[in-house]
Amino acid sequence: MDLFLDILWIIVKIVAIVLPLMLCVAYYTLAERKVISYMQVRIGPNRVGPRGSLQPIADAMKLMCKEIILPKSANKTLFLIAPMLSIGPALAAWAVFPFDEGVVLADINAGLLYLLALTSIGVYGVIIAGWASNSKYAFLSAVRLGAQVVAYEIAMGFSLVVVLIASGSLNLGEIVMAQQGGWGFLNWFWLPLFPIFIIYFVSGVAETNRAPFDVAEGESEIVAGFHVEYSGMTFAVFFLAEYANMILISALTAIMFLGGWLSPFHGIPVLGALFDWIPGFIWLLLKTLVVAFLFLWFRATFPRYRYDQIMRLGWKIFIPITIVWIVVAGFAVVV
Amino acid sequence: MPEIRNYTLNFGPQHPSAHGVLRLVLEMDGEVIERSDPHVGLLHRGTEKLAETKPYNQNIPYMDRLDYVSMMQNEHAYVLAVEKLLGIEAPERAQYIRTMFDEITRILNHMMWLGTHALDIGAMTVFLYCFREREDLMDCYEAVSGARMHAAYYRVGGVYRDLPDEMPRFAASDLKRDKSELDRLNGNRQGSLLDFIEDFTDRFPGCVDEYEILLTENRIWKQRTVGIGVVTADRAKALGFTGPMLRGSGVEWDLRKKQPYAAYDKIDFDIPVGLNGDCYDRYLVRIEEMRQSNHIIRQCVDWLRKNPGPVMVENHKIAPPKRAAMKSDMEGLIHHFKLFSEGYCTPPGEVYAAVEASKGEFGVYIISDGANKPYRLKLRAPGFAHLMAMDEMAKGHMLADVVALIGTMDVVFGEIDR
Repeated sequence: MDLFLDILWIIVKIVAIVLPLMLCVAYYTLAERKVISYMQVRIGPNRVGPRGSLQPIADAMKLMCKEIILPKSANKTLFLIAPMLSIGPALAAWAVFPFDEGVVLADINAGLLYLLALTSIGVYGVIIAGWASNSKYAFLSAVRLGAQVVAYEIAMGFSLVVVLIASGSLNLGEIVMAQQGGWGFLNWFWLPLFPIFIIYFVSGVAETNRAPFDVAEGESEIVAGFHVEYSGMTFAVFFLAEYANMILISALTAIMFLGGWLSPFHGIPVLGALFDWIPGFIWLLLKTLVVAFLFLWFRATFPRYRYDQIMRLGWKIFIPITIVWIVVAGFAVVV
Repeated sequence: MPEIRNYTLNFGPQHPSAHGVLRLVLEMDGEVIERSDPHVGLLHRGTEKLAETKPYNQNIPYMDRLDYVSMMQNEHAYVLAVEKLLGIEAPERAQYIRTMFDEITRILNHMMWLGTHALDIGAMTVFLYCFREREDLMDCYEAVSGARMHAAYYRVGGVYRDLPDEMPRFAASDLKRDKSELDRLNGNRQGSLLDFIEDFTDRFPGCVDEYEILLTENRIWKQRTVGIGVVTADRAKALGFTGPMLRGSGVEWDLRKKQPYAAYDKIDFDIPVGLNGDCYDRYLVRIEEMRQSNHIIRQCVDWLRKNPGPVMVENHKIAPPKRAAMKSDMEGLIHHFKLFSEGYCTPPGEVYAAVEASKGEFGVYIISDGANKPYRLKLRAPGFAHLMAMDEMAKGHMLADVVALIGTMDVVFGEIDR
């Protein structure tokens, strides 16, 4: 009976994380359309609900009602498994994510490793989708994405190693606590590890396959890439996974480099006391939103890289820099 | 060990960056293009054959539908050819109006090109910025001819009518337009069309700066365009390139300077020329052409303000008489009837006239047997020659560069397929 209650309690907690997350994803898509619209001197969706606020709901309804088309020559089983493979890890990664001090579903010591593992698995969904569609465009996209993710996974892994060295822990909560100090936001890792902060974030953009690194679904080259054959809910699931990943990367950037739930003024004489009443969760949310906004800003501003240029940036620039920084950080910690 | 072979990829006609109905069959080695084979003809409407069955004036609207982003320039080439055949010349004011609208059209075309080229390479925002300015120029088209795109404004012997003294304004509507927004929209529409165009020429250099901020020094943009699709000056000439494609390769050739038509010999402007013949140079050339066009429009506006006059020849065998004359005057009525039923006959002979259209040399070749319609009409579309170079330009580049090349060629299938 106790076991049953425990499991029930865990399920309640999972629902408490996933439901708001799904809502965030839905409204992140609306935010994207609105933000980009305003950057492009237009107004964006404004028909469904006041100022378009129900647009994501309408989109979801539409996608649910649409037929799921199975291409004749596709491998049907893999074709349907692929979307699940891509959204599963995107949601499971949130298990180790600390929303505030001690507020975490699974407070495991190897949280960082768990995250790395899950974000890597996500790419399998895309590769399988590309292969199972039996379409040249989708296949090309899967090959591109496979190569791209491998390259950026390494850069990302190395930059996390630097964070690990600096904080001395693999546990996300302890990484945040390691950034606490008397200097407020100047204590956070973004300042001492500035190049790593940039590399981590850029790799995150590449990893989530967003502009300007969106070669895997660049619509002007390979139409829609791996999800060119998908329709209805199968497409929607890929879409959800992509946006859930973007939010995850934003939140992780906030946790690892921007002090997580810490107040930016903590420890600073007058300001610190003035802002300390604000709950940590609000700070974390604000930081995540700022980073998530950058994703949208990039999309409105930059042209797309070519596939080989992305690879060059990953292998020849990011990876050497991170390796050098591992050594530098190692010396700094030891000495 | 399995045999390694290339694979073919069907690119278009239903492809987001096929610019209409281009179909490319690409033979690829991984991402690298080995051979590209453009398939054309999906927008073939038989314009040249149709023209043989219509009196001269009724062919003008077909010309709009050739290169449907530089409409009036196509009309200009056709009208020039018929005028040459008839041995007449349009009044000077009409020449200036034509010059001005040719350049308005050039800006329209180049903005369409810039927007789609940038969109193909992934920069979305430029597209919408360009279309914002295009809207104003479309309004100029509409003010002068009643149509936003297919104007049919140039006529043999001049232009359809003089520039309007009043610019149409926005009216209040069911859309939530309050007074202040209406005033803002109508702010530059209080005066004549010329005032509106002048206001545009004041604003436009700033708009071009905006596009350039997003692209010219952008590292990603340069990585995507520098060294892509290089064509040497000799090859460009051999391939029959014209317009910005030829000038991007460093050949100083522009019909507006080399064989001036309309009022171009009385107007001051420069021809930008590239150095390396790659996509980036062609981009810079076209950007500068927009600035030069703006300069030309400004000079035309100044001249047109000072010099009123007729915009159509007085010969009523070719140009319709005034409406009042048609109602009250026997001769006018006969002229009107003859013109709108039979049209006019041209002396037998053959003639070629070309204009520097936005994409290159747009030429019209007419053979007349003395009837009221052409015996044969041949159109020389610049885009066709450019598209032929696709294979040569794309060889060894990657798939992503193909869309950059389609963009840089500025292909429009209305003129290629005709």
